Amino acid sequence: MSIRERLSGNEAAAIAMKQINPDVVAAFPITPSTEIPQYFSSFVSNGDVDTEFVAVESEHSAMAATIGAEAAGGRAMTATSANGLSLMWEMVYIASSLRLPIVMSLVNRAVSGPLNIHNDHSDAMGVRDAGWIMLFSENNQEAYDNLIMAHRIAENKDVKLPLMVCQDGFITSHSIENIELIEDDKVKKFIGEYKPDEYLLNKDNPIAIGPLDLQSYLFEHKAQQAEAMKNAKKIILEVANEFEKMTGRKYSFFEEYKLEDSEIAIVCMNSTAGTTKFVVDSLREKGIKAGLLKLRVFRPFPAEEIAKALENVKAVAVLDKADSLNAAGGALFEDVTSAMYVNKKQVPMINYIYGIGGRDTKADDIKKVYEDLQKIAKTGNVEDPYRYLGLRR
Amino acid sequence: MSNLIEIRWHGRGGQGAKTASLLLADAAFNTGKYIQGFPEYGPERMGAPITAYNRISDKPITIHSNIYEPNYVVVVDDTLLETVDVTAGLKKTGAIVINTTRDNEYIKKTLKGYEGEIYKIDARKISMECLGKYFPNISMLAAIVKISKIMTEEQLLSDMKDSFKHKFAKKPEVIEGNMKALEMALQSVEKI
Repeated sequence: MSIRERLSGNEAAAIAMKQINPDVVAAFPITPSTEIPQYFSSFVSNGDVDTEFVAVESEHSAMAATIGAEAAGGRAMTATSANGLSLMWEMVYIASSLRLPIVMSLVNRAVSGPLNIHNDHSDAMGVRDAGWIMLFSENNQEAYDNLIMAHRIAENKDVKLPLMVCQDGFITSHSIENIELIEDDKVKKFIGEYKPDEYLLNKDNPIAIGPLDLQSYLFEHKAQQAEAMKNAKKIILEVANEFEKMTGRKYSFFEEYKLEDSEIAIVCMNSTAGTTKFVVDSLREKGIKAGLLKLRVFRPFPAEEIAKALENVKAVAVLDKADSLNAAGGALFEDVTSAMYVNKKQVPMINYIYGIGGRDTKADDIKKVYEDLQKIAKTGNVEDPYRYLGLRR
Repeated sequence: MSNLIEIRWHGRGGQGAKTASLLLADAAFNTGKYIQGFPEYGPERMGAPITAYNRISDKPITIHSNIYEPNYVVVVDDTLLETVDVTAGLKKTGAIVINTTRDNEYIKKTLKGYEGEIYKIDARKISMECLGKYFPNISMLAAIVKISKIMTEEQLLSDMKDSFKHKFAKKPEVIEGNMKALEMALQSVEKI
């Protein structure tokens, strides 16, 4: 029997880490993810975990310490947000290129400046090409479930890539909601022990990690990283399948909410997907065929699967909670449109930049998007694909 | 979605409006409901106006925005009445409860003709009498439970007793005062 609880998203992430009981956690506090290492350090003090907790002096060191711990053969985790991730940036690339399956809880927040502590996805989008697996979470439950699945995906021998679990700062990280927790022993059994093939503290098989890698090899190593990212797709589904057997909760690359027969659809990530479900339900009551594709797995990007899921829709809106400031469109929009084009799916598509710096996204905002989509579905014309939602004029 | 109840709390930083919204979420959770309890974080400091929210439902709650058309509003500090539009979007079929000793004429005037039910309670008096200190949130919690009927008074009392035992494990002497404040508040909510 699962455990009925009520927790904030940060509490849920910290409890997942407690159940995972990693060898090392290294972190530096930053709003809105501060509570995760804070709660976790109390688990350490209380003896609930036997983790080595390293209270580092910066996020750059937090990532460096997890890299060191993983390279040594341990299981390492961290948590951060926004500028914390920015400061890690150099090390974030090193973690993935050294093929170290570190797991990070990223509580999404706007990257400065000017200074803003509230939610958008600019931190995550800044590392979208860093070679990390990136999972997004609608609520506390998904933030928890994604963390429980994380090590199984990241540590798989065909993957060996770091993984970050994203959730929306404050909106879910600081909201108390119902959650079903899994019993400690089941989590322990599900995750299993980490036994890397090669690691620095193995005296019987000495290796070097991260030496100079020039013209003759770096290209091949990058191609191996890319191959691992492709392999991750299969493993993500396998792990989700096993997770469903344990919990009854189904996960895939994305969730299709009333999408099958829908004429108009929204694509988005994290908490806004929940608000969109609420709006879809109210539109369906009026007979409007609205649907949602909630992306869970942003990296690897399930291009072919998304194209197939959206092929019969008459108009699609992609919501980006970060602006790429490129005069063309947000990152998710560009990925989705590219997926459609390459897979020869001709569907009118529009992009909305929304929720920047914590601007609240109301049900009425989402309704407005569906109204715009209804017009586009009728005519097939998109005059201005790169739009704002909720911007004051 | 007709069973979804939305509540907005107005208070000042340090008065415990956020804590009260979390306690309400906790108590409703313990009666088997789906709940959300979340504050609206701004540049927080002691004394600044703050807002907190609750959603309570028999079904899972997916919406993740602030609350713009609440069923109920709780005002923890009556000095907010002149500076914050506390009835903004408040449903006519709903109610507002204010911690105040001001007269009914003043309250009605500041609520700009709100047509729903208006309640008041003197949380300061209750808190000083039961706890010897000014913690208005427990009284306001009792008041909103009584008005919204989210749970029975008995359910609230028994649930809060358990929760206080846990919360104040290291200072059990304050449990009795808090329980007394809850009971007194349930009796002294007054409709105007």
